[in-house]
Amino acid sequence: MAFLDKITSVADILRPSTHAILPLDKWIQSGVREWLVPVMRPTFRTLQWPVAKVLDGLQAVLLGVPFILLVVLAGYVAWRAKGFWLSAFTVVSLLLLDWLGLWAATMVTFAMILTAVAFCLIIGIPLGILSARSDIWERSLRPLLDIMQTIPSFVYLVPIVMLFGVGMVPAVIATIIFALPPLVRLTNLGIRQVDRELIEAGQAFGSTPRQILWEIQLPLALRTIMTGVNQTLMLALSMAVIGALIGAGGLGLTVYTGLGRLDVGYATIGGLGIVLMAIILDRITEAFGSGDAARRRRAAARDRGKEK
Amino acid sequence: MTVGPAPGNTIPPRIRVANVSKLFGGDRAEARRLIGEGLDKVEILGRTGCTIAVNDVSFDVAAGEIFVVMGLSGSGKSTLVRCLNRLHSPDAGRVEIDGEDICAADDDRLRSLRLEKITMVFQHFALLPHRTVAENAEYGLKMRGMAPAARREKAHQALEAVGLSPWSDRLPSDLSGGMQQRVGLARALALDPEILLMDEPFGALDPLIRQDMQHELLELQARHRTTIIFITHDLNEALTLGDRVAVMKDGRFSQVGTPSEIVLSPADDYVSAFTRDIDRARILPVSCALRGSTAENMDALPEVHADALLASVLGRLGQGPLRVTGRDGNLKGIVTAADAAAIAAPPGKG
Repeated sequence: MAFLDKITSVADILRPSTHAILPLDKWIQSGVREWLVPVMRPTFRTLQWPVAKVLDGLQAVLLGVPFILLVVLAGYVAWRAKGFWLSAFTVVSLLLLDWLGLWAATMVTFAMILTAVAFCLIIGIPLGILSARSDIWERSLRPLLDIMQTIPSFVYLVPIVMLFGVGMVPAVIATIIFALPPLVRLTNLGIRQVDRELIEAGQAFGSTPRQILWEIQLPLALRTIMTGVNQTLMLALSMAVIGALIGAGGLGLTVYTGLGRLDVGYATIGGLGIVLMAIILDRITEAFGSGDAARRRRAAARDRGKEK
Repeated sequence: MTVGPAPGNTIPPRIRVANVSKLFGGDRAEARRLIGEGLDKVEILGRTGCTIAVNDVSFDVAAGEIFVVMGLSGSGKSTLVRCLNRLHSPDAGRVEIDGEDICAADDDRLRSLRLEKITMVFQHFALLPHRTVAENAEYGLKMRGMAPAARREKAHQALEAVGLSPWSDRLPSDLSGGMQQRVGLARALALDPEILLMDEPFGALDPLIRQDMQHELLELQARHRTTIIFITHDLNEALTLGDRVAVMKDGRFSQVGTPSEIVLSPADDYVSAFTRDIDRARILPVSCALRGSTAENMDALPEVHADALLASVLGRLGQGPLRVTGRDGNLKGIVTAADAAAIAAPPGKG
């Protein structure tokens, strides 16, 4: 036994922790506190300005429009996208949410999600196009996207609070970071998947790279890009509760407050609201992405043609 | 059938390809050096990781000629045709179009060449699935910057020429393969190109539709005198369409010649292996079986044109010899059933 102890203690010399603990956490802490926050904070504060504007505008519109008008509008969009059943489901869900007293919270969450998705589109699609056109861009963006997708969102909530403070806007920014990757990836994939012969045809008929992008690549990648939009939307919704941790309102806050008070009922109706919203938004964007909506429009146009 | 440009002809060729090579992947500089040392394709691939798609190919194409490049898949024919409009840039050699070295052209010049002079038809049609037939046919005109109304009119004419104007507002997916390729052809013809590159355009079509398309192409070509570079893996198609045919293997031309030359005097075993099963009577013109005039009373014989295919006169030959006249109507000789049968018989069996 003594012999074994001896071996263990010799082997312990090889263990780094016997000698010292690497203070990486301290370094990051001081790096963020002493450099990133004081130096970069003004920059980040300006960055949040457009997000705040869009969010405020959307919220004002959604909460200002008469309830019935919004319900009818949502029902109409669902009907155009997929048909009667989705439309009925949408209208019933929205009425239920209002009945539960969650209408305002639902609209706040919806405004946050729309804002996050809008910025994801503005940032994500150009990044996707860039990585489709250059392997260097694709290779350098990939690890960044991997990190954004795999790092637990709680980890970056802290630096976000330090840089942006608490509130709705920082929560939307956290949502943007979390929801962006699939859009970039699927835009890239959609463009790269376009048949090479079609690109050659574009070139052979004298198109510039820009014309090839607009005339050929983007239209043909649209379906894949819409899948990305759908994914982004779903991820954004899944951030609703986490966003509430740093001051977001809406349905996420309902769930969070319910949890805090151990009020299971309150938390559950908040969760139900998020689920209903997710189902509606998912089915609508999915229908637009898969071309269902376009097919229905064409079929309708043909029927009208026959009647004449 | 016209024969290629005679040596010493003063009219410059429409296309001149000189010592063009195209390599893919690997260490291309080293591969070029090894080609210079005369190593073969497989060895160079092993040493440098470089695939030699086109290896030192040279040919001229005269204005109004149909030049067919025939080869199996992997022979480099599709790469070669893409060197002619620089979808691929050759690694060595020159490609001249009307005397201009297009390898030296910058992007703008290249675009205007593709818009004004040289256009292409693709194997799998390469139509835009989200655009209507008319919009597809308009594509090149739109790239030229033509106004919508004018280009619609022009595209409509091109669609009419290929018999598709009733389908203008349909999507390509509503059309059969043969019709889709007609759209591809209309898209090219709408530009009134001087040179038409066709990369296995009928390869994806059924045999019957294929024959129809071949005939239509010959008619269109007779009307417009477009210079056509036609790629195919089907020797029958090559011999039917080509004024001259190049047989390509492993990135090189095994033989370049008129269909008669390819069939009657194949340059090597590879070419003769291909030509063995060809229905010669459908390829060879009457002039191949020509016999010098004899003492018979030839004026009494029925007349036949020297360029007519043997297959088309076999029935009449059963009733006796025919008098063969050339293009200007002068007497060239006679053709007899025995001579025709002898020349049309496959080698080894006759």
